[in-house]
Amino acid sequence: MAGSQWELPPELCCRPMAFVALTGLDVVYNAVHRAIWDAFCANRRADRVPISFKVLPGDHEYPKCRTKRTSYEWYIPKGILKTGWMNKHLNLVPALVVLFYELDWDDPQWKEKQSECATKVEIVRTSLQGRNTKVAVVLIQKKTPLPPGEDLVASERAATLCNACDLSGKSLFVLPHTDHLVGYIIRLENAFYEHAQTYYYTEIRRVKSHKEFLNKTTHQLLFVRHQFKIAFFSELKQDTQNALKYYRTAYSLVHELRAHETNMLEIKTMAGFINYKICRLCFQHNTPLDAIAQFRKHIDLCKKKIGSAELAFEHAAWMSKQFQSFGELFDEAIKLGLTAIQTQNPGFYYQQAACYSQDRKQQAQQLCQAGATYPSPEPLDTQSGGLDFYGQRPWRQGHQSIDPPDAEKEKTGILALQIKERDVPHSELIIALLSNAVAQFKKYKCPRMKSHLMVQMGEEYYHAKDYTKALKLLDYVMCDYRTERWWGLLTAILTTALRCAYLMASVKDYIIYCMELLGRASTLKEEQKLRIEKNLIKVLTNEVPDAEPECDSSSVSAAKSLWSDRMALAGSNELTIEVQDYIPFIQCKAKFQSPSFHVDQPIQLQVFLRADCPHPVSFNKLSVSLSNQEYNQWCVVESSGQESMSLLPGKTKRFNFSFVAKTEDVGKKIEVRLLLTVAGLGQPDHAAQYHVRLCSDTTQSECYWRSLFVQIISRVPKISVQLSHQPPALNNEMYCISVTIQSQEEGVAKDVKLTAGLKPGQDANLGQTTHVTLDGSKVCDDTAPALLPDVPLGDLKPGEKLEWCVYVKCVSTGPRVFLFHVAYSIDTTVEGRQIVCKCHKDETVTIETVVPFEVSVKFVSTKFEPLDRVAVDIPFLLMTDILSSSPWPLLLASSSLQLTGESASECFCLRCPPLTNSNSTVATGQYLISWRRYSSSADSPLIQTTVTLPHVILESVPLYIHADVPSFGRVRESLSVRYHIENRTALVQEVEMAVEPSDAFMFSGLKQVRLRILPGSEQQMLYNYYPLMAGYQTLPQLNISLPRCPTTNTHTLRRFLPQRIFVKPQGRQVDDASIAAA
Amino acid sequence: MAVCIAVIAKENYPLYIRSVPTQNELKFHYTVHTSLDVVEEKISAVGKSLGDQRELYLGLLYPTEDYKVYGYVTNSKVKFVIVVDSSNTSLRDNEIRSMFRKLHNSFTDVMCNPFHNPGDPIQSKAFDGIVSGMMVQTG
Repeated sequence: MAGSQWELPPELCCRPMAFVALTGLDVVYNAVHRAIWDAFCANRRADRVPISFKVLPGDHEYPKCRTKRTSYEWYIPKGILKTGWMNKHLNLVPALVVLFYELDWDDPQWKEKQSECATKVEIVRTSLQGRNTKVAVVLIQKKTPLPPGEDLVASERAATLCNACDLSGKSLFVLPHTDHLVGYIIRLENAFYEHAQTYYYTEIRRVKSHKEFLNKTTHQLLFVRHQFKIAFFSELKQDTQNALKYYRTAYSLVHELRAHETNMLEIKTMAGFINYKICRLCFQHNTPLDAIAQFRKHIDLCKKKIGSAELAFEHAAWMSKQFQSFGELFDEAIKLGLTAIQTQNPGFYYQQAACYSQDRKQQAQQLCQAGATYPSPEPLDTQSGGLDFYGQRPWRQGHQSIDPPDAEKEKTGILALQIKERDVPHSELIIALLSNAVAQFKKYKCPRMKSHLMVQMGEEYYHAKDYTKALKLLDYVMCDYRTERWWGLLTAILTTALRCAYLMASVKDYIIYCMELLGRASTLKEEQKLRIEKNLIKVLTNEVPDAEPECDSSSVSAAKSLWSDRMALAGSNELTIEVQDYIPFIQCKAKFQSPSFHVDQPIQLQVFLRADCPHPVSFNKLSVSLSNQEYNQWCVVESSGQESMSLLPGKTKRFNFSFVAKTEDVGKKIEVRLLLTVAGLGQPDHAAQYHVRLCSDTTQSECYWRSLFVQIISRVPKISVQLSHQPPALNNEMYCISVTIQSQEEGVAKDVKLTAGLKPGQDANLGQTTHVTLDGSKVCDDTAPALLPDVPLGDLKPGEKLEWCVYVKCVSTGPRVFLFHVAYSIDTTVEGRQIVCKCHKDETVTIETVVPFEVSVKFVSTKFEPLDRVAVDIPFLLMTDILSSSPWPLLLASSSLQLTGESASECFCLRCPPLTNSNSTVATGQYLISWRRYSSSADSPLIQTTVTLPHVILESVPLYIHADVPSFGRVRESLSVRYHIENRTALVQEVEMAVEPSDAFMFSGLKQVRLRILPGSEQQMLYNYYPLMAGYQTLPQLNISLPRCPTTNTHTLRRFLPQRIFVKPQGRQVDDASIAAA
Repeated sequence: MAVCIAVIAKENYPLYIRSVPTQNELKFHYTVHTSLDVVEEKISAVGKSLGDQRELYLGLLYPTEDYKVYGYVTNSKVKFVIVVDSSNTSLRDNEIRSMFRKLHNSFTDVMCNPFHNPGDPIQSKAFDGIVSGMMVQTG
């Protein structure tokens, strides 16, 4: 077993449980006994009492108890703790022996059986002579017992049995073999547990009692031993608090021991044991910080206790074990629910353990020289085959003196240990510890620590000569260091990896690592680089490379033969190396001259190469791979014949490529994948055997090999598109936009197509309220589309001009963006190649749409007085005011009224038919206006705009009066005025009329009259007025009242009557005649 | 006094790293590199709770058997790492803090140099001098 010497003994690491021996059970042949035993063993979960049971034969020999020492006066202890002690109390000396015996209370042969049972008890007792071990008897009975006190026979017989066996009543149990076996068993074991507790309690007392006999000079070892024993018994008693206390005392005592080279190992071993126990209990008590503090203290105390310098590796091994077992304890506690953190997790302890194992390996290599022969006779053999005390030397057991008793024996012993150490597989141990640590650091988010440990693992595999595994690990972590740009560390890893690749004669890996070590990321010194480059060239020219420095000489010779085999094969020497994962010694960058090229321009690509290695390198082909493979043929440089291209160290070399894009790639992106085929890489004067292709997928790494795109865009159109129109557009009109297309091409523009209309991507409602047509002769309807696509316009000769009118009808107001897209194709030549280019030109224009005019309507009486309501059957006037909002003159066709100004008024005389229900409102209808722009041609369609007229309130009047008045009067000429009074009601109306006198008129007629008017009939009153003054004169006022119903407001009637009349001055006959003559 | 002093860029690559010449330089590189795990964790933990109210000095990052590693992060996420021998118990937290402050000041001077290209390794005699003053004097 590797390092088994340093493993902690299992009896130390287990959880101590009370040991109870069961005798009298035949578990092989007796089914009942088997069932009982199974009930004890099976399902021992945490809720069961902690007891370890063992079935032993009735006559089993227990370890003999040595005679008790009465005095310690002359006693000199030989060591701290005997190797067998823990095991003895865990597995050999029971706290309680239980004798199982089949006996029913009413057994016919009671007497005989009772004495047989007593004999068996006696046998057990004899075997346990001198020990405090308790004995108990369990009677296995077939019958279910009666409740206590009822079975008189039973209680009487129980008493006699106790007497015969010399047992207390508490130590006799009955186990009825019935259905509830497990229940009985659990009750039994609880009782056993109590007995065991008592036993361990007495043991603790017994050990404690020794203390008074001890003195501090000779019995120092015993102080430690006793404290340890008390603590251990406390643990068996499950009193972990006290156990911890005693272990702590033991720990401080162990460090008080006089330490010298001969007993250093013993002290450290015991200190390690006790420390383990303390840490374990601390974790168990959920006080991990105490555990960590204890461990730190332990390490600080022991770190410098190296002991014998010739066996320094032992100290390292022991230290490693301390860390490892603490790590394991910590890990176990985490599994049971403890939370660890990034800076305090088991990984650190495993890592440190690995670190000490590395020290151990180093010291072993220094101290254990090869060639020494193993001493004979075997100095490490002991009589018993093992050690009596923990941590002692086999060749001087029990010696506690400062100097070794036999110098010769000491020498051979040390030599034997050294030779044994040589065979220890150190690397294996280190790797196991490291991989434990890796697992932990992975869990606690320490990626860099993890990488570091993996590097160490790789290096350890390298030392263990497992190069495949080493390379795998190193290769895995390399990229972490590469992306974090820790070049120093990367170089160190690469150097190890290169050694592995060399020793394995792995050509491809060797080339890759060489290339990276030559590159700019490498921190190697110039002479190293020179050496590596020389080796690389050797490999490329099919020669065996020189060995890497610091390689094991035997491995080197093996590697040399491997290399020569490999070189002799010389089969397929084509290697493709994906360099996006590496930083190779040739840097390569590419660049397009411009981020985008027109399709009729040649695309210009530049590739830059630069070698970072110390010697010039040559290559014979450089090719570039583009996303469209067809272009690749234009981007190749190949050396002609034997002459190869070379790169000088530190100098950048530029290669220019130019090619013409395909028309189908317009609008696409072309991506460059640099595929640097450095075929025949080598020095200018060497013929390369290996063809190394460096290629990189630029999509994956942009860091070193640049990813590049170029956009191919369409040719610049040589065509002009002009729009002329008269904004703003008027609502509903056929708005004319005239498009003028003129070609400036040198060739014929073919397939000219116009797309005109609302630019897509605007408010969705605009699409519904905008209509585009080419036909301006009539008003288009709602079926016309918002965008006219691809109207073919035919070919366009150079300089030719095309004019098209596009009519737009905007149903709603607001701004709109219109697009005019002219597309055509043209033949052209680029670098001697005929290509057909598609060109297009876009024009957009924003047009505001406004309402052409605003129409307002009012109602007035025939006297142009504003009306808020109209009377039935009485004429009134409707006046419309049309206010133009258009900046352009409009032609209102329907009224034939032509205005240059802003407003047009129309009057309509209306009469409202009588209604059944008066005083209601009535709709007055719609008003239709036909119009067009004044500037538009005469045959352009008229636009109908409909205005809904407002509602008007109707009322009916009982009387209606109107007058027949001449249009003017003349001074001192008679003027007859006839008033008509109509009764509009179904009743006879009595009307009183009076004419008030006036200064301007004399008049004849009834001055005051009362009259009756029949329903629906009319009365006429005739007056002759005789004007006295010229000018506008107020007519004599006519007062009308209805005496029958004075409430009726006759005032309203007055508005129907004319108020004034124009009176001309007196005429002159002569003048009239002269005028007539003229 | 320190056995290793390092300046790490925002992107976690080394701008400056110097250790006592007597010991394995590579080991210190690894120590500094692995300490970045803790630095990153500490920065991200603070970022969540306090935002920009962050103390630059991160304190003891983690103790190894042989060394104590201290960290300091500037507001522009440039990290300073100082490695001290574990046996050196005379150094107090305050002294470590003042070492970091001095380092930071000197680093700021380097950055203020118009000929220094930010992101490049630090090659400054003044900075070297400050670092040398903090290192364990050997020989």
